[in-house]
Amino acid sequence: VTAATAGGIDTGDSAWILVSTALVLMMTPALGLFYAGLVRSKNTLNTFMMSIGALGVVTVVWAVVAYSLAFDDGVGFIGGLDHAFLRGVGLGPQHGLAIPELLYAVFEASFCIITAALISGAVVERISYGAFLVFIALWACLVYAPMAHWVWGGGWLASRGTLDWAGGVPVEMASGFSAFAAAIVVGARRDFGRLALLPHNAVYALLGAGLLWFGWFGFNGGSALTAGTSATLAFANTLLAPAGTLVVWLVLDLLRGGKPTAIGAATAIIVGAVGITPAAGYLSPMSALLLGALAALPSYAFIVLRPRTRLDETLDVLAAHGLAGLTGMLFIGFFAQQSWNGISNGLLFGNAAQLGWQALAVAVAPVYAFVGTFVLLKLVGIVLPLRVTERAERLGLDVSQHGEEAYVQGDGAILVSPEAGFEFSRPVAQP
Amino acid sequence: VKLVIGIVRPDKANDVLEALYRADVRGLSMSRVQGHGGELDRVETYRGTTVKMELSEKVRFEVAVSDHFVEPTVRAICDGARTGDVGDGKIFILPLERVVRIRTGEEDTAAVTPVEL
Repeated sequence: VTAATAGGIDTGDSAWILVSTALVLMMTPALGLFYAGLVRSKNTLNTFMMSIGALGVVTVVWAVVAYSLAFDDGVGFIGGLDHAFLRGVGLGPQHGLAIPELLYAVFEASFCIITAALISGAVVERISYGAFLVFIALWACLVYAPMAHWVWGGGWLASRGTLDWAGGVPVEMASGFSAFAAAIVVGARRDFGRLALLPHNAVYALLGAGLLWFGWFGFNGGSALTAGTSATLAFANTLLAPAGTLVVWLVLDLLRGGKPTAIGAATAIIVGAVGITPAAGYLSPMSALLLGALAALPSYAFIVLRPRTRLDETLDVLAAHGLAGLTGMLFIGFFAQQSWNGISNGLLFGNAAQLGWQALAVAVAPVYAFVGTFVLLKLVGIVLPLRVTERAERLGLDVSQHGEEAYVQGDGAILVSPEAGFEFSRPVAQP
Repeated sequence: VKLVIGIVRPDKANDVLEALYRADVRGLSMSRVQGHGGELDRVETYRGTTVKMELSEKVRFEVAVSDHFVEPTVRAICDGARTGDVGDGKIFILPLERVVRIRTGEEDTAAVTPVEL
């Protein structure tokens, strides 16, 4: 017991995880900014509000039941209900760690929030806001929580030996393949394939991607759950891998179109950070750099080909998260190095079994996420219309869903004061 | 020679462009304008401030055409811009006193006839 440790709590560890939690929470509005830049101006606020809504809805659901379903002992597939309403989650040390249980619960909450928000990228510009919020509340409990339990809550994948540092299974593959299913169930935008639907502000996308990378140091660095050496390795790898992806992506852009693009660069940062997410604490720094470079290839190819299909997975969550996360999970099976991680080697260092456990996760997680989301959205669709009306879609979801505009002119706006007895009974332009 | 002015919804502007192209109408200008026709107001709320938005974003097309092209132009704008809801816009057709093509000095019908490349 050192001076900094009292009652099983290490103040250094706690300090780092407290900061990491705030860093990861910031990633959700950063994601909103990134996504908002990629849509048309009339849908800016609605797109941003999907992420903001997740901050509210998912946090509440997490505290009520999802945390328990993910991290209570339960069975191999899903946790129990003993921690529902954060019962028994106090200031004592989390099992096996030197941080308080309550800190662990809020740190993990921040992961669930951004993962739910990620799915919005597949369905922006046409999904009804209310239906989306209902969907992510259910999704957090029935897709995210079990998948987090599998790898982090003592579930069946972890007990077999699958390694997942910061969310290849519950975050990246879960959001990517859920996005795939959501795009199919909700359907394409009405103008998809008919008009050029262009990003309205590439600066938002770049700034969002930059803030996401910044937050990712808490995401991967914090996933060490301690402030020691393993956090340092994950932190360094979170710098190296996205840099590798960024360089390769710029070269691919150059080869393909003759010009390195800004939207491409923003995408590359996400792809690289996603690729290293499952592997951050398991690889040597040079392996991380290689992973970043390799992770660019499948995602780049998919992003080039996807718009030529009829799949309107609008902001390419499947390519940027599903495929890159899958690449990172498999990469662990080859390049994990016990001399760095202290846990296990990969195939290249003499342990072929690790590749098997990684392949098992890669085979099962996408299927569960896809099917779970497909069924959940179909069920939500029975109760609530999933899409806004054609008129609302045409008008833009900022005005139709929120009664606000991102770039309001104010010309011709007439102040409505309740004292003046404004007659709301007069019909207004509702979509 | 007539000037056809079409004021349409911004989200139908691409459809109008496409319809005009199909009708072989070349040479036009478009601008973003704000206007108010018979459509109902939008009510928006920003914190405690509720406002009625009296003006809507519109796109204004201006196309100068020779007389026998007036009907195809009007039809193309109508086809491209119509949704059936209030707020689809208007078309104004004005006589033009004189048209000059700056590059060649050609006038009137010759000035609005597209150059064959």
